[in-house]
Amino acid sequence: MKSFSNTYIFIFSAVMVILVATLLSFVAMKLKPIQDNNIKIEKMQNILNSVHINSTKKDAEDLFKKYVKDSYVINIYGQKLSDEKALEIDLKKEVAKIEEVKLLRKQLTDTTTSPFRDFMSKMVRFEETNKGQVDHDINDISQTRHLPVYIVEKEGKTYYVFPMQGKGLWGPIWGFISVEDDLNTVYGAVFDHKSETPGLGAEISQDFFEQMFRGKLLFQDKLFKSISVVKGGAAPDDVYGVDAISGGTITSKGVEAMIYDCLVDYTNFFENQRN
Amino acid sequence: MSDREPLFSSKNLKLLKDPLGADNPITVQVLGICSALAVTVKLEPSIVMALSVTIVLAASNVVISLMRHYIPPRIRIIVQLTVIATMVILVDQFLKAYAYDVSKQLSVFVGLIITNCIIMGRLEAFALGNKPWPSFLDGIGNGAGYGIILIIVAFFRELLGSGTIFGFPLFEKIGLYKIGYENNGLMILPPMALITVGIIIWVQRSRNKDLIETH
Repeated sequence: MKSFSNTYIFIFSAVMVILVATLLSFVAMKLKPIQDNNIKIEKMQNILNSVHINSTKKDAEDLFKKYVKDSYVINIYGQKLSDEKALEIDLKKEVAKIEEVKLLRKQLTDTTTSPFRDFMSKMVRFEETNKGQVDHDINDISQTRHLPVYIVEKEGKTYYVFPMQGKGLWGPIWGFISVEDDLNTVYGAVFDHKSETPGLGAEISQDFFEQMFRGKLLFQDKLFKSISVVKGGAAPDDVYGVDAISGGTITSKGVEAMIYDCLVDYTNFFENQRN
Repeated sequence: MSDREPLFSSKNLKLLKDPLGADNPITVQVLGICSALAVTVKLEPSIVMALSVTIVLAASNVVISLMRHYIPPRIRIIVQLTVIATMVILVDQFLKAYAYDVSKQLSVFVGLIITNCIIMGRLEAFALGNKPWPSFLDGIGNGAGYGIILIIVAFFRELLGSGTIFGFPLFEKIGLYKIGYENNGLMILPPMALITVGIIIWVQRSRNKDLIETH
């Protein structure tokens, strides 16, 4: 075997790495617009799907333009934020805000619920939780929420579509839910997931699961109640519950939490629209 | 290279054919099992995975073979990894751009081609000591050998687990469910892939006695 000097080895590695880096960044830059477009079209297809409009990759953009009359971003008070675009909101960041608020809320309740937790939290945290400060933090985070709304007009009727994102068993789950113009009755829902178990949790993206959401109600006496995913099957006349996936309990619970967490911040919007 | 040896000489053809049967990377060399278990729930992702591995393997084989006189032996593994990783990232980026649905299904497994033992094994064992053309054939052959097993396993897992072929509901169309048949949920889970591969190994070795280890 030939022997190579150290200098040769260093130059060889340096040249190789620079070449590879140049090639890869060039390709990534060239393909980025196409990849982003794929993601955008998938989003459009999901939105159309949630109002029961079937689309293919090719006509998704045209159908989206035809049916989606308006889309905007609102804050938790239901006011429009004029300089944001609904399709460009990064739901991952929004979910992070939801999680942060949840964590802070837990802090508030944790110290008062059980003596054991009280004891533990004192051991771990030296400072007492300052309720005023936590409330202030929660408020601060909630202020920065960006909530996209899509308004679809189909066959003379108006539907509102809201995006959702949450956690399944193995990874993120997400979806869109459409609501009729009474802002209470669910018209349709689509779900998708990154890596749920095939045949079990992954069934949430199947028609039979999505179909169950049609006609369910979100509000009870003007209070936000959301839809629960009931293990063992919801009662036939339960307008606030759907059947869970057997063998996919954690994914089902994830769907339930996702619907609640993502829609509860729209409560003000729902109320404003109704009046 | 063609002056001395025709492009598809018997020696070169052997490189292409052997990995399909007697020297199959999965059933005989038992390499690349991990991805064979993970992506074979459905036929479509299996075929894309097989194609991706074949392309990565053939391309890396050629590149390494072209560089074989210039690669310092002391850092050859790093060089091989860099070449493989580059190819895999390229394939991944192209899939994301032009076969978005499939790339979503394959998710992390495209990235994990880097760790597929078949590729590193062929680079080390073959491409480092052979000319580009035979290396290319070796890559195609081993990729195809890997792919064939993937497709066989995926065929049975999709048919018995979901009752479909390429997403076409075969069992429903011929009315199997009406007479009380039910899909076997276990086929969808990874253990059955391992058992299916085991059955293929068994069938292959009972037909080809040379493959049976004596010790």
